[in-house]
Amino acid sequence: MSTYTLRSKRRRSALRTAAFMSPWLIGFCVFFAYPLISTLYFSFTSYDGFSAPEFSGLKNWSYVFNDYPLFWPALRNTLWLVLVMVTCRVIFGLGIGMLITRIKTGTGVFRTLFYLPYLAPPVAATLGFVFLLNPGTGPVNSILGDLGLPTPGWFTDATWSKPALTALAVWGVGDLMVIFMAALLDVPKEQYEAAELDGASAYQRFRFVTLPNISPIIMFAVVTGIIQTMQYYTQPLVAGKVASGVMGGSGQQFEPGYPDKSTLTLPQLVYNLGFQRFDYGSACVVALVLFVLAMAFTALLMRRRSGLIQAGE
Amino acid sequence: MAQVLDTPKAASPASDPVTPAERVARRKSLLHWIAVHSLGVAAALFFVLPFVFLLLTSLMSDQQALTRDLWPHPFEWSNYKEVFDTPGFLTWWRNTLLYAGLGTVLTVVSSLPVAYALAKFRFRGRHLSLMLVISMMMLPPQVVVIPMYLFWAKQLDMSGTLWPLIIPMAFGDAFSIFLLRQFLLTIPNEYLDAAKVDGCGEFRTLLRVVIPMAKPGIAAVALFQFFYAWNDYFGPQIYASENPAAWTLSYGLESFKGAHHTDWNLTMAATVLVMAPVIVVFFFAQKAFVEGVTLTGVKG
Repeated sequence: MSTYTLRSKRRRSALRTAAFMSPWLIGFCVFFAYPLISTLYFSFTSYDGFSAPEFSGLKNWSYVFNDYPLFWPALRNTLWLVLVMVTCRVIFGLGIGMLITRIKTGTGVFRTLFYLPYLAPPVAATLGFVFLLNPGTGPVNSILGDLGLPTPGWFTDATWSKPALTALAVWGVGDLMVIFMAALLDVPKEQYEAAELDGASAYQRFRFVTLPNISPIIMFAVVTGIIQTMQYYTQPLVAGKVASGVMGGSGQQFEPGYPDKSTLTLPQLVYNLGFQRFDYGSACVVALVLFVLAMAFTALLMRRRSGLIQAGE
Repeated sequence: MAQVLDTPKAASPASDPVTPAERVARRKSLLHWIAVHSLGVAAALFFVLPFVFLLLTSLMSDQQALTRDLWPHPFEWSNYKEVFDTPGFLTWWRNTLLYAGLGTVLTVVSSLPVAYALAKFRFRGRHLSLMLVISMMMLPPQVVVIPMYLFWAKQLDMSGTLWPLIIPMAFGDAFSIFLLRQFLLTIPNEYLDAAKVDGCGEFRTLLRVVIPMAKPGIAAVALFQFFYAWNDYFGPQIYASENPAAWTLSYGLESFKGAHHTDWNLTMAATVLVMAPVIVVFFFAQKAFVEGVTLTGVKG
């Protein structure tokens, strides 16, 4: 009798859990698991969206890796962005975070001003930067020219387009500033006092007190930065389109990556292959490469020992 | 400034209670204050000047916007009227509000019970579910877009509308679930137990106890989701691009530049109009926003 009631109680609690979880359970199946399996399947087929998909083995895979002219440039750009853009954002975010914890007058105003660009809608912010950095009449080059400094072509020059995107990303560093600010305020004050008593210089206090305390947060910022770079789409695409003078909107053909493939990223290839060339099979190959990269870094983030994402009890 | 501090000491050394060591410390801290705040002003200029340039350019004549001038002369306020009169601009506003507004409501309603279960229920597979939520959160939307597009466009014939972007929000959004869960973890279990002693089931506990306590978390999620939809470019590009009547502001803005070629003044006015609502909302809800960023970023 008692085992029976226990079992029915368990069943009721399982039903209750299922009911609360149900929106996500459906969402997980329909918008994650099914399309993921489907993507894997399509990657082995020839499919243009009109005639039925036809099994073609590794043809798409070999095409993407060996013959698709945009794949390796996009991967190289991604590597560049991970090395330079993520690094700049983390260093700058930490610097601004340290600055804001030291500002004693008007802290709220400064914090708001520092944070604001992070909120600027990406399309609007990118358009703004393409204007600010336009080589002919843009205010930035006007000022640089007046100061006798070189005036690069920014978004119209393959050497300078990624640095220009980096400037845009550094401008929107507000998210990292807030995270670092919270972490810096969490460092125990006694450790700084002890270090000062020992005669530690400002650099030594940073190196031996601040850094060890906030290193998990730096790690978090780097890994999420890399994952964001895998998803980097709107800014490079809009910058390339607008700088090249191609009209936006429907029906416009645009070879992505202007200038000279320098702003290509992996997500743009999915769009290029799938929605411009109607080669859904090859688009799915790139999608899977993107999936593997994103999940590899997510796994790093979730490693329990790293403690970056609290499991919670 | 440093001189001002020195003067009393020089005038009446005997009566001054400040010792030389303290004086040095004070002067050092004053110099420190000046250094920090000058750096702060420099950084503020870096963050604010782009906005200022955009605003100024949006008020220039089309001729002047192509010169190296920085200050509008005369101020062309009519640029803004011209942007509003552009065919489609008001439709983009309406579509964006529909996508962002309805999407936000659906996301909050569908994500809250899931977050509650993940934060407070103990069940087998809870850890796995959380890991899957985080994986979904980190998944670039392009990974699954091909089958999703085929599903919405070929099977449900919904391309050319924003519904393929709004409907999925009724089935929980991974980021919102994660953020809400982090918030709900901070609610002590005693409150929930007390509600159960009073005879509330889990659902009533969620409605009567958890939701009122989780208001800041819900506000943060709603804001993030609203901004996500407001800023989304990829979604409308995939599903709405073929039908200008379904475009959103973020998607239409880029075509605006195309249609106005070199009219930087009008493009910048439109850019300002797309940025402005986000900034206004932020000023009203700053606290909830910053709290949300911290919650998702930092371990408790």
